[in-house]
Amino acid sequence: MNLKKYQDVIVKPLIDENPITLQILGICSALAVTNNLSVTMVMCVAVISVISFSNLFISLIRNYIPSSIRIIVQMTIIASLVIVVDELLKAYDYETSKKLSVFVGLIITNCIVMGRAEAFAMKEKPLLSFLDGLGNGIGYSLILIAVATIRELFGAGTLFGYEILPLISNGGWYMGNNLLLLPPSSFIIIGLFIWLIRSLKSDQVEEDDFFVSKHSTSPDLSKREINV
Amino acid sequence: MNESIVKTIGVAFAVCLICSLVVSTSAVSLRDLQKENKLNDKRIKILQVADIYDPSISIAEQFSELESKFIDFNTGLMMDEYNNFSIDEYDQIVVTKDPNLSSKVPSSEDIAIIKNRENVGKIYILRDEVGTIDKLVLPIRGYGLWGTLYGYISIEEDFNTVSGIEFYDHKETPGLGAEVDNPKWKAQWKGKKIYKDNKVNLAVIKGKVEAGDSESSYKIDGLSGATITSRGVTNMVAYWFGESGYSSLLRELNYES
Repeated sequence: MNLKKYQDVIVKPLIDENPITLQILGICSALAVTNNLSVTMVMCVAVISVISFSNLFISLIRNYIPSSIRIIVQMTIIASLVIVVDELLKAYDYETSKKLSVFVGLIITNCIVMGRAEAFAMKEKPLLSFLDGLGNGIGYSLILIAVATIRELFGAGTLFGYEILPLISNGGWYMGNNLLLLPPSSFIIIGLFIWLIRSLKSDQVEEDDFFVSKHSTSPDLSKREINV
Repeated sequence: MNESIVKTIGVAFAVCLICSLVVSTSAVSLRDLQKENKLNDKRIKILQVADIYDPSISIAEQFSELESKFIDFNTGLMMDEYNNFSIDEYDQIVVTKDPNLSSKVPSSEDIAIIKNRENVGKIYILRDEVGTIDKLVLPIRGYGLWGTLYGYISIEEDFNTVSGIEFYDHKETPGLGAEVDNPKWKAQWKGKKIYKDNKVNLAVIKGKVEAGDSESSYKIDGLSGATITSRGVTNMVAYWFGESGYSSLLRELNYES
């Protein structure tokens, strides 16, 4: 048994092959659910379980899936898992499911889940696929939790709903940054993370897709006749 | 052969069958829990707005202290019976989809943008030991920025003073419009007056209510960064305490007392 292989599928997606910062997948939910840490945690658990189990089940039946309908088979399995997770949340954590609302359902469209199913689970053995799902789910969660910590702490002055920086509106001294409470701020924060990771790990930097050639000599505007 | 038509259809069928079994099993087996969660969530809000919520006592037990009544919006009269509805199961939001049980609000009057209003609503009454009305809990709803806000407002026995406000469902921006759930903001509502010279005068203003403002008992601090939500709440109060809302009921009750 090649232990290194098993270790790799879990550890690599954390930073080196992180689905958000390297592959830039799953950004939609990273924008939407990260304004509150406790909601983010629930979302992370939901995504981890969906990716792991979808990878497991798809890998189990990978040899029986006709390639002409493989995408729709993957989608059906993923969608069913997401519905089950959604139902469970509504039954056992109603408060959070209310806050997550439509975003649990949108895990179906999370490219990471589909990407791992298509790229990994269709080729590899069940256990390995399950671990790959786990690793990618955790990699996704790391970024989400980091973004949510920054957004909640500096946006609302709280962490998990507990007051850390007392807001002026509640009689404290901290002026909350409202931009951080809005979805676009995650774009900026994720962008900064990507910058940071790629500065430290320069092998992640992509080659330019094209080169901008130099200007041809610009026309001399002063000599042009202008008709008014 | 994986690619034959028979195999393809067979696999598709098997996957669908298993998945639908899993989905329907989870939906059916969890349905009761989910229903209870939803009901309890609403009931907690009603108890909170009536200011009698105590987390240590069971919700059903506390809720039995409140009396539920149907109210006919056209006459302003309270009723114990309405068609064949059981009062506990009657849902005035569901009813708005039935044209026989609701009426379209003319767009000129529809300031809260609710589109359809039920013909008969449901309110909750808290009585004191002697049996006179202590508080009324009235459901309200109206459009904010992203969607309809659903909530309850409670009023004191003079039928003009607000006791509390709670929203149980809304889609406003967290940190901005969703500050309608901020306990500090909600606390301001206590003691505010609704009517002035028989007109709804209570409003969420822009900015803060200034100290010493003679009209301050009719004003609520605006939610900063959420002008449209604030305006939505103002319109909601204006609509539900106006002629097509609870004003006829409150007038009736005032005559009686």
